[in-house]
Amino acid sequence: MGVLGFVAKRIGLYLAVLFIGLTITFMLPRLMPINPVDGYIGQIQSRANGTLTPEAIAEMRANLEVLYGLKGDLFTQYVSYLKRVVIDFDFGPSFTYYPAEVSTMITTALPWTLGLLLTATVIAWLLGNMVGLVAGYFHKKKAASILEFVGILLYPIPYYILAVTVLLVLAYIFPIFPLSPTFPVGELTPAKMGMIVYNSLLPAITLVLAGFGWNILSMKALAVATTEEPYVTYARLKGASNWTRMTRYVFRNALLPQVTALALSLGMIFNGALLTEIIFSYPGIGLIMRTAATGGDYNVLYGAITLSILAVATAGLVIDLIYPLLDPRIRSK
Amino acid sequence: MSIDANNADPVALVVAPPVAGKPGPQKSGLLWLLNGRLAVGLVILVVMGLGSFILPLFAPADPSVQATYMRNLPMSGIHWLGTNALGQDIFWFLVFSVRNSLMLGILVAVGVTIIATIVGLSAGYIGGTFERLVMLIVDTFITIPLLPILIILGALIRGNTSFFTVGVIIIIFGWAWDARTVRSMALSLREREFINMARFSGANTFNVLTREILPYVSAYILVGFINTVLFAINTEATLAVIGLSKVEVPTLGSIIFWALSYNALFTGQYPWIVAPIVATVTLFLGLFLTSTGFNQAFASKRGVS
Repeated sequence: MGVLGFVAKRIGLYLAVLFIGLTITFMLPRLMPINPVDGYIGQIQSRANGTLTPEAIAEMRANLEVLYGLKGDLFTQYVSYLKRVVIDFDFGPSFTYYPAEVSTMITTALPWTLGLLLTATVIAWLLGNMVGLVAGYFHKKKAASILEFVGILLYPIPYYILAVTVLLVLAYIFPIFPLSPTFPVGELTPAKMGMIVYNSLLPAITLVLAGFGWNILSMKALAVATTEEPYVTYARLKGASNWTRMTRYVFRNALLPQVTALALSLGMIFNGALLTEIIFSYPGIGLIMRTAATGGDYNVLYGAITLSILAVATAGLVIDLIYPLLDPRIRSK
Repeated sequence: MSIDANNADPVALVVAPPVAGKPGPQKSGLLWLLNGRLAVGLVILVVMGLGSFILPLFAPADPSVQATYMRNLPMSGIHWLGTNALGQDIFWFLVFSVRNSLMLGILVAVGVTIIATIVGLSAGYIGGTFERLVMLIVDTFITIPLLPILIILGALIRGNTSFFTVGVIIIIFGWAWDARTVRSMALSLREREFINMARFSGANTFNVLTREILPYVSAYILVGFINTVLFAINTEATLAVIGLSKVEVPTLGSIIFWALSYNALFTGQYPWIVAPIVATVTLFLGLFLTSTGFNQAFASKRGVS
């Protein structure tokens, strides 16, 4: 039992979360009063100036229902939806970019989102934890409250405000970065790599700033609590230096809840990544979703949301499985 | 996720535990509530709240109507922040935005608080299979990234939605986090002496929940309420910024949406884009300071963290 039981339980929870998530994605649009097929037919008809015959419309409706997976009663639809998504990872074709497959579009965009998200999350987490540790360990000093103030100022600011402000300051008033980034296509050369990194800096800075504030505040609170623990006092009496106490005693123990918090905050960071992509025209999942939402391209939307649920749930699972390696208290349970 | 909610609640984390062995001075009446953060936060909220609810009574025209004034007027005595490319007065648009955003936030927070309290308290107190089932659903709602779902819903109901519908959708996807917090408190309360006392005295589950537990957790619920106001305003604004809320209604997000889509940056109309940024940041800072200030005050009153 022990380790195996823990892993099995956690994987079971993961599968359950995925299943419920998929079910919600399936049910939501069907509970809405609006039918995408009607909307799409309306669009085409207005483009054709109402010259379509009823037969043509009926035929088009039948075809669209197959493409949207709307054939048959609710249960049949549900079963075939689960089968398509889980077994084939197939979301049908995109409508705006017909006949491109949704799964292809998503796999092209995914590395961009993941690259930006992972880099920014890790940097924000490391920086925030370091600043928070210093602010928490020296919480009786005046300078520490200035560090905390940075966190208080940054934490409640919404992503889009940060993004627009960063754009305003770093691309318009001080034109260090391009206002609308261009991303080269085709084979990767070192020059293109440099361009990609350069163009990714602005969205990355926004994400780092946004995640930074929360990490400062939570790490600071944890470090203050840990600094008051008897074993830290013992280390001081033993003659351990400030640096040793801060890193080896306080940091190691305050870090554990921060790892957990990282898992929980991933969903929110993902939201921020989508928004950042939309505002900075960064070619990831977010931009695809934005284009699909305005164009009524529902297959793309369902594909993207399924993928984001999968990504966030998997990241949570991975962090939870790593956690016992860091915290011996969980291992011994 | 198998995570202790006590460790992961940002609100609980934000407030530093009081230094051990130093009980705060006893203050009379409601004065114990007051600390620096709370005072600053409340002042910001009262000024912005009252201002945005009273000023619209004196508004010269409905700010959401386009082409009321000349376009792109600079700042002046008549138009304090100038007018935008749509012929709307930016100052009045902003005043209505703050009011609408606040109203939506409060409405959503009422809904979320009610659902989260009922779900969280009952799950934590009743326990067993019921709790496991409820927590599975709660965990799922926490795991699912909110924004993609909102984008889908926004695309589906675009143009046919009322401002109210947006609020209902935010309620449906916003209650889970608060429910988790309430439940973790109910869990720890279940083991306390005074709860056993009430149960042995013959109180039924409903009585224990409403008479014993609810007053105890009400402070947390108040803090949670303020945080939900913040969350709701933020979520609606996010949707509006990418054009998927009811952008005709003036809100803190829709004003930025219009400014961005009319390229206020390139045409040099700084007030159009800077004013909502300043207003939003101020409002959010006010809400945040109030919630952490309350939390700090309650913590020092109980003498525990």
